[in-house]
Parts: sequence; structure tokens; C-alpha cells
Amino acid sequence: MAKLPTPQELIATRPPFPKAHWLDVKPEFAPGCFCYPAKKETMELLHMPNPHEWDPAADDWGLPENWEQVLCDAFAERLEKHRSLKLFMDICVRCGACADKCHFFLGTNDPKNMPVLRAELLRSLYRRDHTMLGKILGKAVGARSWDKSVVKELFYYAYQCTECRRCSLFCPYGIDTAEITMIVRELLHEVGLGTHWIMDPVKNCSFTGNHLGIQPHSFVEIVEMLADDCETVTGIRPKTPFNKKNAEILFITPSGDVFADPGIYTFMGYLLLFHELDLDYTLSTYASEGGNFGSFTSFNMAKKLNAKMYAEAERLNVKWILGGECGHMWRVINQYMDTYNGPAPANMIPPVSPVTGTPFANAASTKMVHIAEFTADLIYHNKLKLDPGRNDHIITTFHDSCNPSRGMGLLDEPRYVLKAVCNNFVEMPENTIREQTFCCGAGSGLNTEEIMELRMRAGMPRGNALRHVQQQFGVNHMACICAIDRATLPPLANYWAPGVTVSGLHELVANALVMTGEQKRTMDLRQEDLPGVDEDEADGREGGE
Amino acid sequence: MFLSLLLVLLIGAVAWAGSAAGFAPLFGVALPYLAAAVFIVGTVWRMVYWAKSPVPFRIPTTGGQEQSLDFIRQAKIDCPDTQMGVFARMFLEVFLFRSLFRNTQADVRTSLTANNGPGTVYYSSKWLWCFALLFHYCFLLVFLRHFRFFVEPAPLWVTWLETLDGVMQIGAPRFFMTGGILLVALLFLLARRVFNGRLRCISLVNDYFPLWLLLGIVCTGICLRYFDKTEIAMVKVFIMGVTHFSPVSAEGIAPLFFVHVTLVSALLLYFPFSKLTHMAGVFFSPTRNTANDSRRARHINPWNPPKQYFTYAEYEDAYRDAMAEVGLPLEKEPDKAAE
Repeated sequence: MAKLPTPQELIATRPPFPKAHWLDVKPEFAPGCFCYPAKKETMELLHMPNPHEWDPAADDWGLPENWEQVLCDAFAERLEKHRSLKLFMDICVRCGACADKCHFFLGTNDPKNMPVLRAELLRSLYRRDHTMLGKILGKAVGARSWDKSVVKELFYYAYQCTECRRCSLFCPYGIDTAEITMIVRELLHEVGLGTHWIMDPVKNCSFTGNHLGIQPHSFVEIVEMLADDCETVTGIRPKTPFNKKNAEILFITPSGDVFADPGIYTFMGYLLLFHELDLDYTLSTYASEGGNFGSFTSFNMAKKLNAKMYAEAERLNVKWILGGECGHMWRVINQYMDTYNGPAPANMIPPVSPVTGTPFANAASTKMVHIAEFTADLIYHNKLKLDPGRNDHIITTFHDSCNPSRGMGLLDEPRYVLKAVCNNFVEMPENTIREQTFCCGAGSGLNTEEIMELRMRAGMPRGNALRHVQQQFGVNHMACICAIDRATLPPLANYWAPGVTVSGLHELVANALVMTGEQKRTMDLRQEDLPGVDEDEADGREGGE
Repeated sequence: MFLSLLLVLLIGAVAWAGSAAGFAPLFGVALPYLAAAVFIVGTVWRMVYWAKSPVPFRIPTTGGQEQSLDFIRQAKIDCPDTQMGVFARMFLEVFLFRSLFRNTQADVRTSLTANNGPGTVYYSSKWLWCFALLFHYCFLLVFLRHFRFFVEPAPLWVTWLETLDGVMQIGAPRFFMTGGILLVALLFLLARRVFNGRLRCISLVNDYFPLWLLLGIVCTGICLRYFDKTEIAMVKVFIMGVTHFSPVSAEGIAPLFFVHVTLVSALLLYFPFSKLTHMAGVFFSPTRNTANDSRRARHINPWNPPKQYFTYAEYEDAYRDAMAEVGLPLEKEPDKAAE
């Protein structure tokens, strides 16, 4: 990875807003500006159209002979399928309200990263074939023709959008750039253009059940190891039920939490919480992925990967599904799952908390509950014994993930939980939280190393907000409810606000959770000593990763 | 920008010359009929075009807390889960431009004292909201005031409107505030496209043309009322003739009136083929007009493709031995599966 400029340099080196017209400027495919392309074998395995080897930095992208026809037909088909697309192509008045709402624009100052121009890249093509004035007057009314440089441009900017939907909140007509980006990515896939960082997880998820390609036996072993770590910290080894038939609840969370630091501590948090509640639940190695990189590929791929959840719920004969902390996973579950793969199997019933008896009426049809909803309900009914004092060494803030915020409205449940398990909670500035939250800069499959500087630029608004509360209120911790955040926010925090650690919500829950029969807690789930705990016998730092 | 200004001037000039040369019925009767027909048919055609594509997914942009647990307060309007809530959200969107009201301006700085380093500052920025709202409402009121010309006798509500509009009691004929504000709002909307670099970058002929057209309509309208005063009684007789499908002679009416009518006709003709359809389109926007209830109620996608996925049976076939080794429960034990 190339050396990053300092934050000051990064801001100072943002190019000035160009004078030239955007149609006359083409993006330069310099290293660090694009994600690596998907491998041919991967695309073949997934039966994606036109799989081929290509290099974004090369002149020739190896598009199929009839590429223009393919793209025009695919575009026309999408227009027939999505009213949103027709509408968003037609009704934008270019008022510019969206411009500085985009973290990519703020970070790069590239005009085509203004949501209005990102959409205009496609809209200009729409005008030529689908509007009367465009057909007659062409370029004079902003229509343009397809050519290979346009395809490159679409690729460049479709993968500099994290589908966070912040612009759609501010748009007077609710034009949703995520919808446009998703469809542009679909179009590009029609001619065999995709990125490795997205398609590799898609392939893995297809064939092994999770993005990381962890095979069932390894998955079990890793979770067993995490249970061992739980025992080291608490003296209690939580149950690790797998593929258990007739359990009440199937628990599905992003596989990143099984594999990657600091997500693993969140996963340990789940294990401990469920153990303490004596929950009748099971994990699945087959449906071992909550996330859905298919949703960064195409609607059909999202449907395909999502289908496993209901299939496994049916096979295991569970009553309902509990979902872990994840961002885009919840966009898919909340807005797409029931439509894609519903109705839920007949064995499932509208979810009811077995601990409090609370019916989750808002999930009556999908029969899938978010863990923050589940835990907030537990805390409200005093079902958890908590010692928030154990988290007193942290002053935490909370990062709202884009998808639960603007695609679901899950804002206060995690805060309710967080405030119950942490005594020191500070909000970031109001224009950067809740429905106005800023993306981590690397969502929607952009969390790859090769574009690290771009990620830091896109993450600038979030990083600046974090730095603000760090400097003003001594915040040293940021909680989040997204597995991609847990992977992307640590480098972001390290860059923009060094000294702030990042964790999932349920890591903090388990740290504060007073469990029946536990040993005296002298360390947290990361096996770091708790400050101010008198420990003669505890030998602190053994074991671990 | 200049191209679209020239185009508007050209339309005006043609109308002027034409009506002065005796073609007034063409500009005052035929064109308005055509324009009204194109406007109505065209706008309906556009709405049908949109409606022909389904809304496969529920994709509201949630602008606040969802409905979930009893003790968590839902943002009933910004994150509606009922039709009533959606109605309220749409009402605020259409009548008060709710989303635009949120507008902020971000300012990125390399050094910010409060951050002890780089930072971004957000200012509330309501100018666009304010002038957009003024423009749309004044346009509506001016349009309603014109009913004085369409109905005989002038309806009482039009008289009230005029009294209210002229409440400042400036000049004679009484100065109508809405006309003045409309002009100022249009100039603001134009000025930001010209002077703001970002706006200049995204603006097309498609953006300048309707602005110039509207400016032309407003200016000719103001002229007709205050400066080049038209014989109102004659104009009314003429318009009544047109609206009642029995046109009368246009003899004696100033050409400027026909310029005004022609520009309005041009706007109506242009409307269905342009971004101006946002007036109808906003009602169709799925990120605003759908309820956030997609976990509670199932929504059907008419083109939902068949399910195709790597099934558990295929998965177990692929990993059976390894699964057996770690003691995972299996549908078929390895020895049985081998048979």
C-alpha cells in the first residue's frame, strides 16, 4: 500500500473545482483510483455474462463485440423493471442540493462525485434513446452517445459511490443515487466488468455459505476458539450450537465477525449474551453469512445469496431468525428479503422474544429481528444484569451505519443499548449522525486496500466528526453496528482521530454483562486489563489471538 | 445559457411580429389550444410511462426512527409505517419542500480550532428552500389570479386573492406582490446557476430554457399590467371566447399580449418533455411514497425471478466428510450418502 499523505495534506491536495465542462474531462485510471477487476474464473463459476480477463489501467477493456447493443438492451430492460429508474432519469431539476451531501465529493472535489452528475452520466445516455428531445436535439439538450470511454467513466464513478443514500435524504424528489449506482453496476456486469473485492466474496458466499469462504469445519473450529476466549475472560464457556434442528431461533450474522478483529469480540458478545439468556438458538454453517455482497452486484445475485436464510430456517425448522449487527445486510432484510424470497417458510411464526414475551410486530412478515431491537427490549424489561462501570474507561460515541439509518430507521435501539452499558456516551455533531450519518467511506464493497487513500478521502466527513468529539470531549471509542464498519473504521479512526478504538455494540454489552456464575472480570473481551480492577491472582494477558 | 435566452427572445419576437402582421388568431387561439392539448396529453402520457414500470421493491429513504418497540419513539412522518404517515410525509414534501428544508452547506477546512486539526463545518442553508418555495407558491397564486379572465363574473375568491395580493396598496393599478416576488425568485434561481461554479457545471440548456421562459412570461405579464397597459376588457372578452371554444376577433389587442400567451404556450408545450414533469413525478417517487413496513407486510415484485441458489443438499454433498469430522449434524451420514 502506498504511503498515505497526512490528513492536512489530504485536504490541501484536493484539486480545485475544474473549469472545463464535465463532458470533456475523462477520469484517469491511476493506481489507487480503482478496485482490482474480478477474476475470470470467479465470474465463470457464477455464470456471470461475458467473463474475461481485463485491466482497468489498460486502454482496451476487452469488451464483447456487441457491447453497445448489450448495454442499451440491458438499460432498456432495467427501465421496464424499475419505475424508480425511469423517474430518476426524468425528474431531476439539477438544483444541486445533493452536491455537498456526498462524502466522496467532499473528499475528492471531483464534480462527477456530486450525486447529480453521477446520475447525469447515465441520464445523458438515457436522453439519447428514451426522450423525445434527446432523440431530436441530441447534444444540445445534454444527450450523448455510448462509447468505450463512457463505459470506463461509468465504472469509475459507480465504484466511487457507497450506495449510502445520504443524497436521497436531501433530494426534494427523493432521487436515490444508490438505486442508480446499483443499476449501473448491473449494466457493467452485463459486459463482464466487476471488481474482485465484491465478486470473490459473492463466489465464496455462493459455494461455502459465507463471504470469506470458511468451510463448515473451519467455521465451527473458529467459533469454538472464540468460545474458549470467552471462557478465559468470564470463566464461562458459552454454548456453540450449530445446525441444530428445531431450535427456536436461527442466528445469522456477518461472517466477518467470526474472522476479523475487532468483529470477533462482537461475536463473543453474542455468544455470551445468548448463553446467559439460555436462548434456544442455533448457528448455521450453511447460512453463515448475514452480509450480502450480491447486493453490490445485482438484484438477482442479492436474491440468490439471501435465499439461503429462509431455506435454512425451513430445514432447521426454527420459529424465527435473529440477525446480527450489519449494515447492508439489514438493507436487504428490511427492504428486499420478503419480496425476493418470501413468504417465510410455513414453520416460522411472527417473532416473540422468549425472554420478555414481547412480540416484534414490525417483523411479523419477514420473521427476522435485529439484535439491537432484541437486546434493547431485554434491557427495557430488566432482563440483563449490567455493570456499565466496567466500560467506564471508555468515552464512546456511536456511528450510525448508512443502511440501517436510511434504509430501515434503526437509530434509537442501538443508542438505548449503548447508554445502558456505557456511562460515557457522546454524540457526534448533528449533521453527521442518525439519518444524516456519513458513510465510513468504504461501504458497498469498496473496503479494499488498493484504494486506501480514496477511502480516507471518502471517510473524511466521518473522520472529521470523530476527531471533533475526540478533541472536544475526550472520546476514545466508537461503537457501531456494522461488520464492514468494524473493518473500515479502525484505519479511518487511526488516520483522522488516532487513539480512538472501534467496536461493535455487543462487545460492550458483553463487557458490561454480569453473568450467572462468572469469575471476577479483570479484563475485557479483548483480554486487555480493566483499569482500576484489583487483581492479585489474574494473570491478564495470556491466550488471546 | 445564452442560447436558451436567444431561443426565448426568438419565440417572443416571432409572436410579436406575427400578431402585429395579422396572425394574432394563430398565436392567441390556435397555439394555446395546441399547447393545452399537448400539455394535458403529454403529462398524462409521461405519468402512464412511469406507471407502466412496476415498483419492485419497497425502498423508502427513512428519515428518522422506525416503528419498532413500544418504548422507542417513532418518527411517524419522516419514517412512516402507515398510509397516513406516508400521506403526511408526501404532504410536507409537496407543500413545504420538507427535504430541501434539511439543506446544509458543508465547508471543508485544513485546520479547525475545535478539532485541533482538519475539520468539516456544516451550515444550515435555507436559501434554495426559501426561494424555491416562494417561486412555486407565487406562481400558483398568479395562476389563480388569472381566473379573473377565464370566468365571468370573476369568482369571489379571486377578488379576495387580489385584495390580499395588493394589500401593500402601492401604485395604480395596485401592485401585486406575488408578481414581484415571482420575478425576484426566478432571478435568484437563475443567478445561482450563473454565479455558483458547481451549479454552472451541472446546468444544461434544459435548466436555463424554462427559467428564461418563465422570466419572459413574468416580465411580459408585469408589462401588460403596469406599463404597456392593455385594454383589459377586450382581453377578457377575447380569452372568454377562447376558453368557451367560440373565439372572437383579436382586433385591437396589443402584440405584447400575444407574446405573453405564446410564451405560456411554449412552456406548456415544453412541459411534458422536460424536467418540469417533476411536478407530477414527485408523487411517484418510491423513496418518499412508500411506507417503511416491508418487514411487517410482504410486498410483491411482479417480475420476481425464480429462486436459484446453492442448496443445502448440494452444500452437504460438497463438505459432508469435513462436517462429519467436527460432529455437525447431517441429513445423510457419509456412509449412507456413498451408497
